[in-house]
Amino acid sequence: MSEHDHDHTPITNGNEPAAAARARALEELLVEKGVLRPEEIRAGIDWLVSRTPADGARLVARAWVDPEFKQRLLADARAAALELGLDPGPSPVLVALENTDTVHHMVVCTLCSCYPRALLGPPPAWYKSLPYRSRAVSDPRGVLAEFGLDVDDDVDLRVVDSTADIRYLVIPRRPPGTDELSQEQLAALVTRDSMIGVAQPAAAALA
Amino acid sequence: MTYRVGEPVTVAARAHGGHHRTPSYVKGKTGRVERIHAAFRNPETRAYGDDGLPEMPLYLVSFMRSDLWPDAPAGAGHRVYVDVFEHWLEEAK
Repeated sequence: MSEHDHDHTPITNGNEPAAAARARALEELLVEKGVLRPEEIRAGIDWLVSRTPADGARLVARAWVDPEFKQRLLADARAAALELGLDPGPSPVLVALENTDTVHHMVVCTLCSCYPRALLGPPPAWYKSLPYRSRAVSDPRGVLAEFGLDVDDDVDLRVVDSTADIRYLVIPRRPPGTDELSQEQLAALVTRDSMIGVAQPAAAALA
Repeated sequence: MTYRVGEPVTVAARAHGGHHRTPSYVKGKTGRVERIHAAFRNPETRAYGDDGLPEMPLYLVSFMRSDLWPDAPAGAGHRVYVDVFEHWLEEAK
């Protein structure tokens, strides 16, 4: 029961979780104050849930088969996404990080859950969890081992903490034995987790 | 831009009451400039309804993981890369 003296609908609503109640209250307030219209909020949610890792996978597969495209992707990933007709999202700078035999990148957001949503869709729950966010920077090899990924000691393991406006996408290594595959077949091997840097592409497990 | 790629820099050790994007684990630590991204609106004022101007340069700075966590498991990754705004950087100590 509210103790203060202005009117609004109840903040809590039956068994509604506290975070959902807070989001709903914020949404109602933004509409009431004229900051956003309900259809703008719906459009934003529609955009978020329509994104999938398939777009990021298209970028990676193209980079695997086209070295010149890969160079453009590494130089300016936003422009490279637009070149393929993909939506790079609102972030003004998108950075692609290439994994090789000697360098392995993994991405985290220790402060919240910054993530290239436009190209990968909503982040997985573990990416937003405190254990991943704290341990990815302090014990990355331990975290990767729990994902089933052993990175050799002589590989330069780089953890990238996306603390600000930049969004990072990992270009995983192309699996061996995939020379005969088409770009579309290759894209099917590029998993979400491999573009965060916590897994190898699907075929690597079979090779 | 005040700092160049390859240059050593130290992150300011100051406390900050309110929203900011400099993680505490790099405050007071010395790293190396890896990239100069661009300039962006300042999240520290933007978070409170301000326009965030003037835009502040944003750098990608790398730190030896062993400098950040001397007691962490050995061999557990060589460097941690963090985006840091210019007003949090100082000449290397």
